[in-house]
Amino acid sequence: MSEQEARPPVVPHSGGTVPQQSGLADGEWHRLHPLTPLLRGGVALIAVLGIIIANLRERIIDFFVHMPQYGGDPIDEIYNRGLTGWALLAVAIAILLAIGGFYLAWRMQTYRVGDDSVELRSGIFSRSHRKARLDRIQGINLHRPLLARIVGAAKLEIVVAGHDANLHLAYLNSHAAEQLRREILRLASGARAQAVSPSQAAAPPPGPEPIDGAPAVADAQGFAPSAQRSRAGGFSDLVVNRVDEFITPADLDPDAAPPDSIVKMHPARLAGSLIFSGFTVVMLLVLAAIILGAATGRIWVLLAILPGVLGAFGFYTRRFSKSLRYSISGSRDGVRVGFGLLTTSSETIPPGRIHAVEILQPLLWRPFGWWQVRINTAGRSRQKGAAGEANTTTLPVGSATDVERVLPLLLPGMDDTARTGIARAAMSRAADQSVFTAAPPRARWLRPFSWRRTGYAIADGNVVLRHGAVWRRVMFVPLARLQSVTVEQGPAHRVLGLASAAVHTVEGPVRPRLSVIGVDDALTFFDLVGAGAIDWAGRDTSHRWSAS
Amino acid sequence: MQRLDIQTDWNRVSPKYVVVVLVGSFVGGVVAAAIALFCWLVLQWSWAWIALIVIGVVTVVQLIIAGRRARAIGYRLRDDDLLMRRGIMFQRFVSVPYGRMQLVDVTRGPVARMLGLADLKFVTAAASSGIEIPGLPEDDAATLRDRLVTLAESRRTGL
Repeated sequence: MSEQEARPPVVPHSGGTVPQQSGLADGEWHRLHPLTPLLRGGVALIAVLGIIIANLRERIIDFFVHMPQYGGDPIDEIYNRGLTGWALLAVAIAILLAIGGFYLAWRMQTYRVGDDSVELRSGIFSRSHRKARLDRIQGINLHRPLLARIVGAAKLEIVVAGHDANLHLAYLNSHAAEQLRREILRLASGARAQAVSPSQAAAPPPGPEPIDGAPAVADAQGFAPSAQRSRAGGFSDLVVNRVDEFITPADLDPDAAPPDSIVKMHPARLAGSLIFSGFTVVMLLVLAAIILGAATGRIWVLLAILPGVLGAFGFYTRRFSKSLRYSISGSRDGVRVGFGLLTTSSETIPPGRIHAVEILQPLLWRPFGWWQVRINTAGRSRQKGAAGEANTTTLPVGSATDVERVLPLLLPGMDDTARTGIARAAMSRAADQSVFTAAPPRARWLRPFSWRRTGYAIADGNVVLRHGAVWRRVMFVPLARLQSVTVEQGPAHRVLGLASAAVHTVEGPVRPRLSVIGVDDALTFFDLVGAGAIDWAGRDTSHRWSAS
Repeated sequence: MQRLDIQTDWNRVSPKYVVVVLVGSFVGGVVAAAIALFCWLVLQWSWAWIALIVIGVVTVVQLIIAGRRARAIGYRLRDDDLLMRRGIMFQRFVSVPYGRMQLVDVTRGPVARMLGLADLKFVTAAASSGIEIPGLPEDDAATLRDRLVTLAESRRTGL
């Protein structure tokens, strides 16, 4: 990976007020944000308490003033028997126990970031201890639900391969979370820890101390992105900080990523992509059926539309707000995708974690020239990705130019000219098609519409497959990460002298396969991809991208 | 008309594996025929006799081609990857670099155990790889497993 070698191994961060080191990745156990219980479910407790108090308010007042007769519900029964004091005591004990439980859960939940792993311990009665190796990290995501954003907290999700194997550090001080992510990525990159010390010496970290020790101390710092500023300015500064953070884009962290997104997501295009989607087609079909039903005398069917329309409206709004303020940028530590208006997310995929990239164009998007970019990674996040789509959708919608800008981030090892040539040829019929080994004309018997678009190209460590007429798909698979390659032939294929070929990657939305290709081309494909998979895997070091 | 073929020195599975395929096809056929008979005689579904004939023909064909099916399975350990083939009508060739191995599974079915055979499964991070070599003599399966683990260890790549 010449591109990575060309980059400086460690860029000294040049932030002024932004601290260099959070000190959280020091191999010691730290606690989470003190408001964690509240953010995780304590809100529900408060709501329940509120309801109880609202219902009992008059009774409590009555208890101290006079004693009228009630009859009926259990509360009255308690009241009638003169047990109000006991009942209040029980409620108070329950509340105290709950608060104590939450406090204890928070006390017991600690995490540690060492040189080679991240660990999380939690649980009061049944303790759990989860440890993830840093070199196995598939991605780090930072989620900020609305409530958490208001108090300045964030959820750090460390994605590793395997079913439900992710580590959730929920919640952290959002600024500390940002630093922690950077430090985990630095440790995972294989860069020596000592390499950072010069920059540390140059600008000693003024940042917040670890959220550790006495909760009171942690509390004071927990609210402020920069402890220094909050100490100096007090409450007004705190508010300013909160507002500052609230209005900055989802992907804040100016020194770790270029502040500008390389793709401008226009709201009109976003809306268009939602309107011209499969969902709309299905909805229109349902609508047509309902109207048909209504027209033939069953007026009541019209009533059925209303919830559907409301639901659809909700769906569109949710998707739309999820993709607002979308940004994608490259950084030393991988691709960064940020999105969201109220609830924001910022995801990082380190280099060498992308197993396949797909550029997809549904039929309805063709007149507009829009494409979507999706990827396969070994890790799975439960959180939704940009545009409320699966987490694997990296670019919800973009023009061919946008796709050409995004691809270098997702396929960093590939030579620019080769990649651009293939991407252009793949997306437009007008471009030079010679890079693709196409299916022979006899394939039209099996694939009358898509045979012309079916083909493959192998260039610079990547195998590119293209197929599809209704859903146009172009799939890039880095040879260094493909798992196996197969060629198959059934009776129909045999008669026509055709075969099908596929490349197996980790599970995901991208399934790279070619349903028709000439037999000789299939065998060439099999040999080249098989040999390339061995060769490139031996040379690939991108999973330890900063190690010298 | 062009047959997909890769010319190499294929290792074939044990000739005894034919018995496993035969027993499997036969038992499958008998179970399916019993269900069809039940539908025909007990549930009085008049069309079930057609199904019965189809099941009979399919089973007989399967029994006839069992030998060829077993002989069509082949594998070869190349320098850096494992090559596998199977199928006559529907042919499939797979190549998997040793470094992609996540684990090797050796299993024995009841019939295979009686014949001293075992199935070897090579698992990668991709669910669709599906590399399974059935009908290996037990000793060969164990040797092959250890060999594959050693080879994978020396060519490990990160995931």
